[in-house]
Amino acid sequence: MQKFFFLKSIPSYLPIVNIDTDMIIPKQFLKTIKRTGLGKNLFFELRYDDSGKEIPDFILNKKPFNNSKILITGKNFGCGSSREHAPWALLDFGITCIISSSYADIFYNNCFKNGILPIVLNEEIIKEISEYSKRKEEISVNLSDQKIIYGNNEISFDIDTFKKKCLLEGLDDIALSLEKSDKIKFYFYLVMVLDLRL
Amino acid sequence: MPHTLYDKIWNDHLVHEQDDGTALLFVDRHLIHEVTSPQAFEGLRNSSRKVRHPSLTLAVADHNVPTTDRSKGISDQESKIQVETLEANCKEFGIKLFGMGDKRQGIVHVTGPEQGFTQPGTVIVCGDSHTATHGAFGSLAFGIGTSEVEHVLATQTLVQKKAKNFRINVNGKLPLGVTSKDVILQIIGKIGTAGGTGCVIEYAGDLISSLSVEQRMTICNMTIEGGARAGLIEPDEKIFNYLKGRPMSPKGETWDKAVDVWSNLNSDDSANFDKEVSLAAEEIIPMVTWGTSPQDVITIEGKIPNPNTEKDLDKKSSIERSLKYMGLRPDTLAKDIKIDKVFIGSCTNGRIEDLREAAKILKNKKKAPHVHAMVVPGSGLVKQQAEQEGLDKIFIDSGFEWREPGCSMCLAMNADKLKPEERCASTSNRNFEGRQGRGGRTHLVSPGMAAAAAISGNLDDVRKYQN
Repeated sequence: MQKFFFLKSIPSYLPIVNIDTDMIIPKQFLKTIKRTGLGKNLFFELRYDDSGKEIPDFILNKKPFNNSKILITGKNFGCGSSREHAPWALLDFGITCIISSSYADIFYNNCFKNGILPIVLNEEIIKEISEYSKRKEEISVNLSDQKIIYGNNEISFDIDTFKKKCLLEGLDDIALSLEKSDKIKFYFYLVMVLDLRL
Repeated sequence: MPHTLYDKIWNDHLVHEQDDGTALLFVDRHLIHEVTSPQAFEGLRNSSRKVRHPSLTLAVADHNVPTTDRSKGISDQESKIQVETLEANCKEFGIKLFGMGDKRQGIVHVTGPEQGFTQPGTVIVCGDSHTATHGAFGSLAFGIGTSEVEHVLATQTLVQKKAKNFRINVNGKLPLGVTSKDVILQIIGKIGTAGGTGCVIEYAGDLISSLSVEQRMTICNMTIEGGARAGLIEPDEKIFNYLKGRPMSPKGETWDKAVDVWSNLNSDDSANFDKEVSLAAEEIIPMVTWGTSPQDVITIEGKIPNPNTEKDLDKKSSIERSLKYMGLRPDTLAKDIKIDKVFIGSCTNGRIEDLREAAKILKNKKKAPHVHAMVVPGSGLVKQQAEQEGLDKIFIDSGFEWREPGCSMCLAMNADKLKPEERCASTSNRNFEGRQGRGGRTHLVSPGMAAAAAISGNLDDVRKYQN
């Protein structure tokens, strides 16, 4: 997995609440058997009209936001379907950091498996940063210090220590879990073979 | 210390716990389907890993399969490749699969319980958010992403942090024509789509225990629409009777032992819940969604909301956006909304009792001429059962199409979809923008309400068709 330490980018602001994963990547693109190539279809129905042309008003179609690596958005981002295609599409587009006041649980977890940092901030600060984003100036995100810097402002964010470590080091959590192989084996033997739970 | 049902299942499955509370949880049962598993198997191959316990995973193709004649296979090339990839992966890694020609094939959340793969007290996961369905059996069941699917295949465990305990009590009796679908829609309307975020919900109260197993599944199924990954109900005699004799249920002495253990799966009387909400069943009226989020509910007697009466600006703009997408005017009566299509099916309402409920309303009646209506049974076995009971005939006589099992128009990955601006009364679980087809407009309802809408040609009150 790609490591995440520090990011500098002009953020895009998409002011919609409850953006579901169907909206992030519609079902017709879930037929792939690959993780890559989904970026061009990110937010497909918001981004393209019925004839497949880019909708010029949509934020990620506008310069310089079409190169944003940071997306600021409304609360409960990523609700609905568990499809990991949603973070894959964001990542493939180039977005590796999301800022919102809340996320749906499955989507939130899926981000960390793909080197994407989902930051939780309160609504007031989000309003401030989204206002700032209109200046089309870069902001910085520093994961090890847990800080966002925009203009002369610096704000801190919270993150689970273990999740932070995994992102900073790009850890493969399957390898980490397999280090506990003996414990898994023991558990399996007790419960499944000896039927101890029954 | 008193524990909740969730606490007990959690503790029973702890393989390892770090100081910060991050835990490795054993997974007893893993369900996979064609859409969220190919990249997981690819990951295993890329890192030369094996499936740790192939016998604990069960596979079924459901999202992409055609619901029309299957004798010529799948015509859509991408869908075909995805289904064939699942078959090849199952063969390579030794996983049991119910293929497209198998009677047991169906929606993964219909098939699991039907086969007795779903059992009380177990941890069940699947790369699908509606895995919460299985919680109706008192199992801790939740949806996961594809990386987690790979993790489960490789380790038979998942890295998790414990969620909060949230109990929703529903007491009393449901009025005639009101179903568990109306109960869960009412609950989501009340708590909101993020109301259960970070929680596991336990449904309790005498209404919940009075529900049949399948009605309970409908409630647990839509838990994710309230933001919680898992919904649970304490298992009881109804659950044990449902599971007895199923192909993968315990047999003989093991069965007796299992029932003993399952009978003790409950929340202790004085267990602490972080959050609690109560509803009175008597007050629930048939529900319908009007907007593009499952929390956008009104009763069938209600009116479309007016954004001008909303003070919260976020909510106001959200209502305006939904109304525009749905092509609805504020203050319109729900019953005045004309529909084009009716879809009966999905992991929410594609089981035999759902089909019986709709057929009861449709018997000796015709759908409105302008309505296109279809029934997609949840599995091959549901279809077979319905045909034995003659339900297929009732549907066909009233003008419905009788299809092959699968997810179908719930998410419209196959050919079954809405055209732009088409309006559908649907028994599925999500009314998101574009969910049932680009520009399609979904109204979520119970199977009886879907049948009533088909007859009337507009959203209508099922109670007027009750005998």
